[in-house]
This record gives sequence, C-alpha cells and structure tokens, in this order.
Amino acid sequence: MSTLSNPLVEPGVAPVGTRMSASAITGGTLFRFATAGSVDDGKSTLVGRLLHDSKAILADTLDAVTRTSAERGFGGDNDSAQKIDLALLTDGLRAEREQGITIDVAYRYFATDRRSFILADCPGHVQYTKNTVTGASTADAVVVLIDARKGVLEQTRRHLSVLRLLRVPHVVVAVNKIDLVDFSEEAFRAIEAEVQSVAAQIGVSDVLVVPVSALEGDNVVERSAHTPWYTGPGLLQILEALPTLDEVERGLEPFRFPVQLVIRPQGALAPDLADADDAGASYRDYRAYAGQVASGSVSVGDAITVLPSGRTATVVGIDFAGRSLERAVAPQSVSLRLSEEIDIARGDVIAATGTFGEVSQDLYAELCWLSTKPLREGAKVLIKHGSKTVQGLVRAVTGKLDLDSFELGAAAGLELNDIGTAQIRLASALPLETYALHRRTGAFLVIDAQDGNTLAAGLVKDHPGDREGERYVI
Amino acid sequence: MSTQITETPVDEPVIEPVEIVELNSLDLLESEAIHIIREVVAEFERPALLFSGGKDSVLMLHLATKAFWPGKVPFPVLHVDTGHNFPEVIDFRDRTVERLGLRLEVGSVQEFIDRGELAERADGTRNPLQTVPLLDAIARNKFDAVFGGGRRDEDKARAKERILSLRDEFGQWDPRNQRPELWNLYNGRHTVGQHVRAFPISNWTELDVWRYIAREGIELPPLYYAHDREVFARDGMWRAVGEVSQPRPGEDVVTKQVRYRTVGDMSCTGAVASSAATVHDVVREVAASTLTERGATRADDRISEAAMEDRKKDGYF
Repeated sequence: MSTLSNPLVEPGVAPVGTRMSASAITGGTLFRFATAGSVDDGKSTLVGRLLHDSKAILADTLDAVTRTSAERGFGGDNDSAQKIDLALLTDGLRAEREQGITIDVAYRYFATDRRSFILADCPGHVQYTKNTVTGASTADAVVVLIDARKGVLEQTRRHLSVLRLLRVPHVVVAVNKIDLVDFSEEAFRAIEAEVQSVAAQIGVSDVLVVPVSALEGDNVVERSAHTPWYTGPGLLQILEALPTLDEVERGLEPFRFPVQLVIRPQGALAPDLADADDAGASYRDYRAYAGQVASGSVSVGDAITVLPSGRTATVVGIDFAGRSLERAVAPQSVSLRLSEEIDIARGDVIAATGTFGEVSQDLYAELCWLSTKPLREGAKVLIKHGSKTVQGLVRAVTGKLDLDSFELGAAAGLELNDIGTAQIRLASALPLETYALHRRTGAFLVIDAQDGNTLAAGLVKDHPGDREGERYVI
Repeated sequence: MSTQITETPVDEPVIEPVEIVELNSLDLLESEAIHIIREVVAEFERPALLFSGGKDSVLMLHLATKAFWPGKVPFPVLHVDTGHNFPEVIDFRDRTVERLGLRLEVGSVQEFIDRGELAERADGTRNPLQTVPLLDAIARNKFDAVFGGGRRDEDKARAKERILSLRDEFGQWDPRNQRPELWNLYNGRHTVGQHVRAFPISNWTELDVWRYIAREGIELPPLYYAHDREVFARDGMWRAVGEVSQPRPGEDVVTKQVRYRTVGDMSCTGAVASSAATVHDVVREVAASTLTERGATRADDRISEAAMEDRKKDGYF
C-alpha cells in the first residue's frame, strides 16, 4: 500500500473485497462517537489506526502520510503502518502539522459491514472541555484514552464528569500503550479497577475498559495475541455492537417536535405540482408544520398539544416530500398536518397531549462555559432552545463544579472551561425539560447578544443549586 | 430504506399499521441535512445555494426540494462560472434551474479577468480564481447565508469545518476560532457584513452521495458516467481535450472510456478510466476505489498539503 498505484494504468479500483463491505453498498446504521484523551496519550494515533485498519484510508492519502513520515524520520521504507506517523492522518491544519498538536474537533468517516461511523476527534490539551462537550453532545458513545504507564489522571476524571453531565449513552475506556507495559495483565487490571471506582463515584455506569496499543494495533480492529488474558471484544467490535442513542431511547421518550417553519406554499408551489391543475388546486390551501422529531414518535390520529400556547389538535397527516407516512420517529424530518387551524409559529413545540407539565420563564441550568468572555451575574444573553431563541437575564450564578471532587463551590461568575449552575429569567416562557431525563429537549445554547458567538452549552436542571456545601448531584 | 411509504395523495392517508423498520444511515443523513436546510431558511433573510451542476450541489438541490415540498425551493442558486466549464454541465445547470423555477445568479471569472481585476494564473487553473467573484456575488446580492455541498471527508481542512461556518467581512474562514457546534442547535447569528456558509451534507461521504443518488434516482450531468472521450495524460490524470485544455508536445491524445468523479474547472479536473455506465456501477466502483475523490481528479489540491485550507481561509467554497 505504500506506493501509489498509477491511476493512469489502474482505474483506481481494487479487487472486490479489499474495501467494499456490505454496508458500503447497501448502507448499514449510523453510529456517532467521539474520542477524548489527555496530552500524548496517543489519541491521534488511535484514530489513525481505526481508520487505517478499517481500510478507510485510501492509497493516495496513505502515500502522502508515508512521505511526510519519512521526511520526519519515521522509519519508513516498508509498508507497515507502524512505520508511519498515524497522527498525520488526522491533523489537518497547517498549524497542527507544524506544531504537532491538534487544534480543533475533526470529523472522520469510516464504515464496516455493520455500520457507518462518524467520529468526532476531540483534542485533549487546548480547550479540552469545549472540545469534549462539543464532541460528546452528539455522540452515541465516547472513547476515553488512558496511557497505561500513567493510569487515571486528573483529566480522565474531568472527562468522565463531562460525559456524565452530558449523559453520553456509552463510555469506553481504552487503556493505550499496553505494549509499553509489556502487555501486563496486572498493570491493566489495576487501571481497570481504578477506572471503575472513579466511574462509580461520578455515576457513569457500564463503562467498558479495553487494553489497546494504537501504535501496534492490538485490540483496536483485530483482537491481539499479546493479551490472552483479555477475553472481551476489541474496540471496533464494541463500537459495532453498542446501541445508538435513538435505539436506547426509542419507546421511552414522549413525542416532542420543535416547529422549524410553517409550510404554506399558496402561489409558490413546486413547478411540477403547479403545472398539474388538479393537484395544484388541492395544494394551494396546504398548511403543515415542518420539523425534526426530537424525541419519541407520532402517528396519524394522535392528540397533540402546542407549547407554550396549550392549544390542542389531532394529527391528520405526516408528510415527507410527497409521501404520506403513518408514523414518524426521532430523528426523522417531516411535516405535520393538524385537524385545527391554530396559531403555530416557528419556535413552538408540538408535544403528545398529556405528557408535558408547565412552561416556564425561570430557567435553572448547568452551564458548560465555552467562551473566553466570562459570565457575570446580571448579563443579558440569548437562549436558543429547540427552534426558539429568547432573551435571558442571568440573575445568579449559583455555583461552580469542582471536577475533581464533584463538589459545587460558590462562584460569582464562570470562565472558559468552567462548569457551573445558574438561574436565568427568560423574556418569554419555554417548554423546558430536565436534561437528566430528556437529552434532546433539555439542551440549549447561551449566545452573546452582541457578537452572536456561542458562549455556553446549557443543560436544564429541575431545581436551583444550593450555594452551601451541596454534594453535587448530576 | 425508510418505511411506511404510501403513494396516496396527502389528504387521504391510508390507516393501516406499518411496522417501523430501522432508519438506515442514508435516512439519518437525509433527515439531518433537511433539518439544517430548514433552520437556515427560517433564520436567515437572504440565503442562496451554490449550484455548479456538480453532483454534490445537485444532491443539495434535491434535498431542498424535499425540505419544502409542496412549496418551491425558497431561495436562488448561485454559480461561479470559471468560463472553463464543461458545456454539458452548463446545459444541465440551465435545465435544472428551469425545471425547478429558480433564479440563477452567475458570478463570472471571465468578466473579472476581462476587466483586469483578476489575472490568469501561469498554470491556467481557474479554480482558485473563483473566490473573488464568489465574494462579490455574495456582497452584491446581500446573501447572508450560502449553502454549499462541501463534505468533511473531502479534505483534511474540510474535516474541521463547522456545519454553519461564519465568514468575516473579507469572506475569511478562521479555523482556529470557530464556534462550538452543540447537539443539533445551530447558531447562525452574525453581524452586518458577515455571512454564514452552511454545509448540510458535511457528514456524507462520497459513497453516501452515490448511494443516495442511486436510491432517489437523481439525474446528473452525463459525464459522471462512463463515456468515450479524447484525453491525454498530465500530472497522473486523464485530461479532456478541449478549448482550454490542449495537449503539450509529447502528450499523446487517445480515446478512452472515462468518467468524472468530480466536476470542476476543465483546466484542472481529471477523468478516471472507468467502465461504470450506470449509477449502480458507480456505487460499486466508488466502494472499491483505492484513491480519494480529490486526489484522483483535482490538480489544484495537489499543489500542497494545505492547498484547500489556504483557499478556504481566503473565502473559497
């Protein structure tokens, strides 16, 4: 693979079976995961290894990386992946290659027979909370790296805390560089025990711990002969088997549908419909509410309530691009037609009747502060929740989380990478739901009203935090 | 494939319980893209879609027609014409715009060269020259959001791009200072003079695009499928013989069966030898390909390891 085959001679097609997989042709399911690690624990190498060994790296890319690796003194004149700098596969920006660091979250794609994967590769050392929160917010699973020589670090504990806070469905801990501790079972078991202990303390359940060597490939894609004492699955096998967030939550969550826009074409019909006289006439009065099912499912005939107005109606149609559906589930994008002509606008939420309490103008929340501009009490901000953006006044910052002790300490403000709690008064009522119970509808953004930048990831809480000595309960 | 499909008119739903089958990766990517397209249309005053007639922009337009059905696509399309485009692609562009009843804005590289505001490059490649007419068209039309068909799997710099990407008054992309993108909550706020590039198919791979084109039966310009063409070899690629791409001494012209994996400026886009004559052949070929799309076909991305990053920082697509 190290030399680029001449595309003029070969049409760029490998023999069937080298890369083509069943899901590559027919399309399997989609699984999103993120990686999180500390400095120099080999995360870029692990990502490079996953891409390389799952055959997601094509010859020309590998060729370029091999060339650069050789220029930098990697051993490379043979075709072994061990001899190239796998980190070069993921570090894309000029500054990253020059400085040998990873600056920003990078997205990678690969597929196996069972699944297509979207990988959010989150750098460990620059603004790690910002990056981990970003990657974890959409992830079905997060892979946390630990250096087998160092064990659980302060940053590992912080990562686990953030993942717990964001309710990432699955956490996998990869104990990397196991080759550098001579594939020692004893060393692995000690780290595994510590991981499980810390995870239990934080409240992360079902953590899977895998011994890997990203550099040598042990237990990443192929099970390793060097770790006979490890009988569990390899990392990729785990990622292929874990259920997605939607699979986990299907059937458990009530129906929620933030309205993105009202589709009411009147004179502006699609030309093919406008040209057909009879169809054009029937679509001229068409009115539907477009959005993406945020949670749960909806069927024709279901009773719905519009939030915040509280008006009720029945679903008479679920449309998608000319097709009439009987039922839609999260996260499908569809349009709903209702039995009543009621006032519904962008920002409203359509919910299954009888599943929602009261809308509120008081927001109690955890904030992951992602901006260099600090938060101060009295600040006026914008809150984006679902498809609605409203003004908010930060009445009080009620605490700051110590990610090492999980204690909530007193704070008057929040700085970059801080996680804290706050009370916010909203200009108008929102259908707020606790993030701990509703991952999709309990999340919001805090936006700077002046420059428009995103300041924080917000998670709705039930009750205001207590300043004094509260044992932090996520 | 998604389920519960009935071909009945929308006002007469057929009431019969249908088992929900798993949403596959294409269903999920489609749903995500439509959500993003609707968000941008709802939150911006003057969006537009970059439309070249290339497969990614054709896919984008197809998604837009689905997002607003039965209404028409509620924004114009913008094409930055290098003056070196394949005639069959321009023809396809015009037919598509006509069929969907859209307004087409064109930014012309040739006009900028004729006015002396852009200089032809020594290598004859006009792709990098598109940035100035692009930014000019955006400013002239006061577009505040511009949809593009860029995908993160195309290039290492694109892998770090946001789905909604803020551009400053100079159209510049600052990869070190991007907004965090959380959950599916997109922040498109911008100040006067700034605009946003929106990339709804960020998470699609080349193979996803082709599988979706096959599934939806989307029409593409014919040069994406195998055909006989007079070509010559240059820089490890097959170049079409045309007005702006003539063989130099020693470059022999041969007739080969080729197709295009990407369609850009004729002066820098290469063809690949291929017998894939149908969309299903292409899906199989792409699934088995050992070369990346851009590596196989784009001279402009071979200039340096950071060629795309440099162009993007200046305001390129």
